[in-house]
Parts: sequence; C-alpha cells; structure tokens
Amino acid sequence: MHIVVCIKQVPDSAQIRVHPVTNTIMRQGVPTIINPYDLFALEAALELRDQFGGEVTVLTMGPPSAEDSLRKALTFGADRAVLLTDRFFAGADTLATTYALATAIRKISTEFGAPDLVFTGKQTIDGDTAQVGPGIAKRLGLLQLTYVARISALDLQARTIDAERRSEGGVQLLRTRLPCLVTMLEATNQIRRGAMADALRAARAEIVKWSAQDAGVEDISKCGLRGSPTIVKRVFAPAARSEKATLIEAGEQPAEALIDAIFKRQPALEPELAALARGY
Amino acid sequence: MGTAPKTAAPAAGRAATKKELPEHFKAYKHVWVFIEQERGQVHPVSWELMGAGRKLADKLKVDLAAVVIGPEGEATQSAAAESFCYGADLVYMVADNLLADYRNESYTKALTDVVNAYKPEILLLGATTLGRDLAGSVATTLLTGLTADCTELDVDADGSLAATRPTFGGSLLCTIYTLNYRPQMATVRPRVMSMPDRVARPVGRIVSHPLGLVEDDIVTKVLSFLPDRDSAKSNLAYADVVVAGGLGLGSPENFQLVRQLATVLGAEYGCSRPLVQKGWVTSDRQIGQTGKTIRPKLYIAAGISGAIQHRVGVEGADLIVAINTDRNAPIFDFAHVGIVTDAIRLLPALTAAFRARLSPHSRDRIAS
Repeated sequence: MHIVVCIKQVPDSAQIRVHPVTNTIMRQGVPTIINPYDLFALEAALELRDQFGGEVTVLTMGPPSAEDSLRKALTFGADRAVLLTDRFFAGADTLATTYALATAIRKISTEFGAPDLVFTGKQTIDGDTAQVGPGIAKRLGLLQLTYVARISALDLQARTIDAERRSEGGVQLLRTRLPCLVTMLEATNQIRRGAMADALRAARAEIVKWSAQDAGVEDISKCGLRGSPTIVKRVFAPAARSEKATLIEAGEQPAEALIDAIFKRQPALEPELAALARGY
Repeated sequence: MGTAPKTAAPAAGRAATKKELPEHFKAYKHVWVFIEQERGQVHPVSWELMGAGRKLADKLKVDLAAVVIGPEGEATQSAAAESFCYGADLVYMVADNLLADYRNESYTKALTDVVNAYKPEILLLGATTLGRDLAGSVATTLLTGLTADCTELDVDADGSLAATRPTFGGSLLCTIYTLNYRPQMATVRPRVMSMPDRVARPVGRIVSHPLGLVEDDIVTKVLSFLPDRDSAKSNLAYADVVVAGGLGLGSPENFQLVRQLATVLGAEYGCSRPLVQKGWVTSDRQIGQTGKTIRPKLYIAAGISGAIQHRVGVEGADLIVAINTDRNAPIFDFAHVGIVTDAIRLLPALTAAFRARLSPHSRDRIAS
C-alpha cells in the first residue's frame, strides 16, 4: 500500500506579531512548525502502514526551508519526503495550490507507485480554509472523506474504506472506494515519538526536491500568483471601536460593581438572566 | 474584445488586479445561497446567509435565489417555501431521493449542474462541515475562486464581491476578490451574520432541476448515521449567555471557575484558542475564527487578551464584558465593560454575587 500525506509548514501563529505602526506581519524570527492538524493525518497514515504494510510518502509545497518539516515527518517514521519548491508556486491561493499538489501526486504515482490513499489535515492554522484537501481530490478524480474521526475498516482486496465522518448533527459512517482522499479531524490520535532509528535515518535522508518542471507542470500559468483566481486587495488591522470599554474600578466589591455596570448598561438582561438561571 | 490578441485573454489570476471579465462570464447574474439541509433540518446558517445575500442582491439590483438540494418530499418542499420567507426571489431545487443523505459526489453534481445551467455571479455557502466539503469540490470543478470563512461581505463600485476574512492566523483582516472568474464563491461560518427576520410570504417561483444520477453512479454509501447525544456541541454558537476563559486563568484546574459561573448564569462556556492548543479544553468549546462564532446577549471573557482571531468570533455579542490584568490588552478595545483585575480571584466572587442577585429571594433587595 502507498499513502501520500500532504503537509504544510506554517508559522507558529501563536507567536506572530503585528508591527504596531505599519500593521504588517513581523515574520523575522517567527518559528515554523508542521501544521498541527497535519500531524493527525500523518499518524493515521503511519498506523495504516504499520497494520497493512507499504510506504508513506510526505509531500509539501513551500520554500526550500520547508525541508525542515519534511525531515521532521521522516523522524516520525515516514518513508519518503518530496519537496515541491519553485518561485512559480509563490503566492498560490487554494485553487493554484491544488493544481501544483495534484500534479506532484501524479508524478509521485509514476515514480514511486500510485497511492491508495492521500491524507491531509482538516485545515491549516495559517490559511484555515479546509479547501485544499477537497480540491486535490477533485483534480485527481479521487473520492473524498473529510472530517474523518476514525477509519474503521480498510479492505485492500475489495478496495474499500469505511470511515466515521463528522457532520453537523452527528457522525456518518461511510464506505467508499480506493483510491480516496481523507482529511483527518483533530484529536483523533497522538503523533508517535518516533524511533531512534528513524531519527538517524531522517538526518541523512535524501529529500526529493522538484521544481515545477520536475513535477511535470505543463501550464505554469496555473501556478502561484498567476494561477490564482482570488486576489488579496487589502490587508488591514480592524478599526478600533470608537468607544473604549467602560472600565470598572476593582474596589472593595469588584464583583458587585461589575454586575451593577452590566445591568445598568442592559437593564433587560437581569430578568432574562434570572429566568435562564432558574431554568438549569 | 474580439480583437484582443490571444495572449491577453483571459487575464489570469492575481497578475491581473483589474477586472477584465471574459465574455463568457458576463451572463453570470444574481446572488445565490445554498440552503444546507441535513436530515430534514435546515441549518440556521443558511437563513443568516439569506440575510447577507439579500443585501448584496439589493445593492447589485439583481435577484436573490436559494438553492435547495435534498430528497423528494416534505422537508425539501418546506425548505424551499421557507426560503421565500427569508427573502428569496426564486428557488432552484434539486429534489431526488438519492440526496437523502449528504454525499460529496451527488451534492457536488447537483450544485455544479445548477450553477452551470443558471449561472449566478455570487454563490454563498455556510462554512460548516457539509458546506466546506461541498464548496471546495464545487469551486475546483468550476475552476473559480472561493474565499473561506468570511466575516464581512460587500459589493464594491464595479459590482465585484469584496469578501473580508481574517488572515495570518487571525492577526489581520484581508479583503479578497475573484475578479475574472464566475461565480464568486464564499463561505461564512454560522453566527457570523445576524439572523434576518422571517416574514411570512407565499411560495414563489421554483425552478426544478434533475439530479441525473442513479444509485449505482454514486460510489460512496452511507452505512449508518449516529446523531450527537451531546447537543451542547451546537448550543455554544446559539447561546444567549456565554462565559469563556483564556490563558490568564493560569492553569487547567482554574478553568472550572469559568464553568461554575456559566452554570449559575444558565450559560454555555467556551475558551480561546491557546487553551485548546494546550489541551486544557476540547476544541468544540473554542470561540473565535477557527472555533465557534457567537452572538450572545452577554459575553464574559475572563483572562482572554483578545487577539483578532478571538475578536471576530465574539464581536456580534450585544454586551462584551472583559476581565483581564493587563490594562492594555486588546480585548478592552472592543469590550463594552471591562475590569482590570485577576480573573482567578474575581470569578468566584462574581459567581457568588450573580447567584445571590439572580435567586428569587433577592427580589426584595432589588425592589428596595
């Protein structure tokens, strides 16, 4: 069995700082990590490989420094890492990103064997769109299972996969056919620590590096900024509310003072809260 | 246009920041909202989007259409009828029993076919698990732009959809356009837009479109469906009162102070993103851009600094009360009432004071 896991190197967004004067992102020195949601996808793939045999290939598109994340994925036990890096890919929106990744997965198919499964995280923490997984599936003509909480069965002979998919009001148990794309839900597993042998192997491993041409991109105008139907016209900090918060002095009875301030501002709240409080 | 050299058309992507809509896209008119229906229930986000869509359609002087996809029968008919009460000028309907359960393949075909047949310029969907699964597939099939999780929708002077969303992990906002492709697609999370008033109106024009599939065409099968027992999962977004905690609580044990206040108020509890990342609270309780958006009558934020990622999730609250030790925390820029103090110490006192104030026996004191 061959599984491709798409990961993304992202800034550790908890540490992003905005310049107070220019309102621009201060990228210098911001540490990068593997998108945390992707680790659930990677672990799910590694577990299937351990159970059924085969190989896990991790794929990312990004600057040359994204190699760090691929090497990290190898320490967890991935078998192969592919870095798609080219200035033509820069500035891609989700549609252009899925074009590049789908092209690379086709190339992976011919070089290393057709994948039975492609995994992604449910979304990234920097873009938050959750569109790249479904986009890759559509471009490759794969069936898709999104927001998967658990893969309950995999039958490589019958070429079927059963999975529990989170929907708004419950969980759907779905059966579909391989090859298929799965986006894993968070907190569904715990990424392994990785064996010492994998760490040693990862340090020396050759990362497969492909430019757009290497990956077999036929139409460069579908990549990066040029291939993106959406354009970012404006980036800005939200306007401060004209009126600042009314600050209550934390005097002798701060709780009572705060409650008085709340009900003074919204008198209708008091009877409503009393009714709500009675209701529990 | 016909004389334009071949290399100039169609101008692709962001390289072209000016609108040069290719000829074949000029027929795309009107604003559409996908009405999300699952197991007989319309998700409220659909009506919220009808409210937003109505404003866009009025500004563009075009029609607002609802797209209702579902099984034949009562539920789908009633979703169509309700759409008129939330402002639809007409309804496009794909009703087929193969659509009883949501499946990506059949719903993608239904929605893509209707778009190709009737050509909307704007298509809005809820950013739910269903809406995001569907929107990504439909946008990729149509090779058009899709802006996810918008917090504001508007049309600018030349009629383009201006879709604003948080960016860089929620530290800034950005406005995104899909200038040269149609339809312009956007998703919006539940509760980001306010619920419009329902006005009883008669059923208007319904355009039915066939699905054109038989069961054997659909590979994916639904083996079973387990409804959630813990309905609180969906209540947070729609709660009237919400109490939430952030890193200022200092330790996971202190989060119970938030829960205790929530219990006394009959409220739902939530948290900011760092608490989920630290594993103190489960992700279904996260409030903000990547969690739930809330619009309660009262929101109490304890020990939350108020990053944009959090702010966009709570700005719709009628009254925001902030408790934070840092006088300069951004939360005081958008809270209505604030107190600069340690939430760990204030929360128990606040719980006790609310309990005393809201108990039936306290009426006399209020009267005096």
